[in-house]
Amino acid sequence: MRAGAILLAMLALALLAPSAGAADRASLTELEKQVMCPVCGTLLQLAESPQAQRERVFINRLIDEGKSEGEIKDALVAEYGDEVLALPPDSGFSLSAYVVPILALLVAAAALAIGVLRWRRAGGGPDAGGGSARPAATSERDSERLDADLARYDL
Amino acid sequence: MSFRSVIAVLGVLAVVGLLVFGLATKGSSGLEIGDPVPTAAMPLLEGDGSRSLADYRGRWVLVNFWASWCPPCRAEASALEDFQRRYGGPRFAVLGIDTRDLSEDGRDFVAEFDLSYPQLRDGDGDVSHDFGTTGLPESFLVDPAGKLRLHAPGAVDEDYLDEAVAPLLPAGKS
Repeated sequence: MRAGAILLAMLALALLAPSAGAADRASLTELEKQVMCPVCGTLLQLAESPQAQRERVFINRLIDEGKSEGEIKDALVAEYGDEVLALPPDSGFSLSAYVVPILALLVAAAALAIGVLRWRRAGGGPDAGGGSARPAATSERDSERLDADLARYDL
Repeated sequence: MSFRSVIAVLGVLAVVGLLVFGLATKGSSGLEIGDPVPTAAMPLLEGDGSRSLADYRGRWVLVNFWASWCPPCRAEASALEDFQRRYGGPRFAVLGIDTRDLSEDGRDFVAEFDLSYPQLRDGDGDVSHDFGTTGLPESFLVDPAGKLRLHAPGAVDEDYLDEAVAPLLPAGKS
């Protein structure tokens, strides 16, 4: 029984293997979403210029040669420079394109937190001790004045 | 002014400065007649090594930006080759710059039109941008001092080369 299950699993793996290989194969449709048409300044997916057509021919040729997506992107960068990539590479100076927004977000969050803390310490918060005492004292004074006024009209 | 105000003003100035820098560098540089031309080194389209316009100091050079996918570039190629054969020499050369093109397509183009003048490669279009080109093809006549003397946007033909470029060159086959 167990041997049968193992055999079945192996058969399933053998059947899945080619489709996994096909999934790894680069496709023009996927690459068109990730690379630019350098002359048009748009994604290759949206470009119809003669240069874009040549770029597609180049990509298709490399796909036929069995090149991976990464290899094809490297070949495009060698031909057109980094600007052919829709997203900048995650290395070298281009890494700053990813790191800077995250750092900016962290700095902004820290500044906001510090600001809120200072505001609350200064008595700006709704449940701050000083903030609630002052209105109470004012109310007492107002009550005394009100009593005094009422006493005057009590003749 | 408090320290905080100074920091705030500096922050605003930095943001404005970045915006201005971005706008200034995004636009085309647009060379004027008499301006020195860019001298960035570019790889040769065929073979190893690189060359720059600085290597042509002392010669007149007709710099021609082209690409294999550009139909008007095909239309002018024969006229440029003919001009090179008639005027090319120690004091003048046509220099082709294949821009934003696949190198193999560029080499096929050179073979197809049997172009004998030197060809450089500007794959990312940086040099083309530095010259302020707005399309392809475009040609720039550079004098021996490395300054722009003539700008021809669009395709050139034999008549233009004979009437506008040739009179500026030293007499006889240069």
